[in-house]
Amino acid sequence: MVFYDITATSEGRSAMLDIITRTAEMCFMPLTVGGGVRTLADFRTLFLAGADKVSINSGAVSNPQAVREAADHYGSQAVVFSIDAKKRANDSGWEVFVAGGRRATGLDVLEWAVRGQELGAGEIVLNSIDADGMKTGYDVEATKAVAQAVDIPVIASGGAGNALHMRDVLRDAEADAALAAGIFHSGQTTVGKVKQLLADAGVHVRLV
Amino acid sequence: MRPVKLALIDYGAGNLHSVHKALEYSGADVSITADPADAEGADALVLPGQGHFRQVMEAFLESGFEPVVRAHLAAERPFLGICVGLQLLMASSEEAPGVPGLGVLAGTVKRFPKGVSVPQMGWNQVFKTGDPALLAGIPDGAFVYFANSYYVDFSDESVSGTTTEYGGVRFKSAVSHGQLYATQFHPEKSQVVGLKVLANFCTLTRL
Repeated sequence: MVFYDITATSEGRSAMLDIITRTAEMCFMPLTVGGGVRTLADFRTLFLAGADKVSINSGAVSNPQAVREAADHYGSQAVVFSIDAKKRANDSGWEVFVAGGRRATGLDVLEWAVRGQELGAGEIVLNSIDADGMKTGYDVEATKAVAQAVDIPVIASGGAGNALHMRDVLRDAEADAALAAGIFHSGQTTVGKVKQLLADAGVHVRLV
Repeated sequence: MRPVKLALIDYGAGNLHSVHKALEYSGADVSITADPADAEGADALVLPGQGHFRQVMEAFLESGFEPVVRAHLAAERPFLGICVGLQLLMASSEEAPGVPGLGVLAGTVKRFPKGVSVPQMGWNQVFKTGDPALLAGIPDGAFVYFANSYYVDFSDESVSGTTTEYGGVRFKSAVSHGQLYATQFHPEKSQVVGLKVLANFCTLTRL
């Protein structure tokens, strides 16, 4: 389960912490929380609230050492390196964007993913800005390129419209996991149904 | 029947929130303790662990818990190690050459081979070796949650517990040997199956 506090304002943060704590008390599965994380102190606050893993995105660009400090302190398994990727207009790969996808950084996504691994992150969430919200499938090309560039697990994010999109990204893009939000929120499908479809399609998945 | 008093050892190695909540949910009277003296009277000890073997081992030695844990194990009282809390029981780890483990269990900690996606981060299946009491009531092939780049390689593979396969390696994913219990996976994050493991541990502690 992943929570992203997409505005992550200081006044909103305490409400989010309360939600994390209440969720962690009754949901015995790995809980990842992200949004507005910039310093080791931010990691600490979210772990104390009950997060098992903390995701850092824009904060890693402005302060890469925060990733290393968090990995040293809490272990790589607790540090998620989140990247918002957008395809370059000239088709020469993908560029890292920050601030909720609003600001270009000039960083190359593949180089940045490798850097994240070197800094000690335990997994990468690759969110495709191009695919996000379109429900037309994940960015298989970008996901595959990142998965082949690093050894740590890669979670594909952005573009899920149905279970077959998940199967495609898991099978064809070598993603270790696929993240989806909208298709569950809308009631279009359920986690259980998606997992059954994935299992039927030959994906090694835990059924619930 | 009085509730079982568990001491969850806090020696500064990672996040205890999940394991604390899951043990409480499983019916234990569990206290987080950073003082070795508090742990001496507990019915059972739980040793969690996350992070680099060297840092975890150093933190454990500095905490002063080592003699308490050794005495507890020597007296064959109930003990549960989780993740690096299992790995610390081995003789050594490839993650930190030259740093001795506690050497309570015969074998070493090894890294998954090159070319395998590490850490192993996610759900995987456990298959029983022998008749592990810690896994009572849990079917073969049940899924539990892992987050590990290293695994324990036992000198004696027949030790009761479970095995799991990842990256072409079949490794010991749980140990259930006398009153010494340990898991490479995270029962506190393994939903129904994990809660059953913890409930089993609480039950075994009462015996």
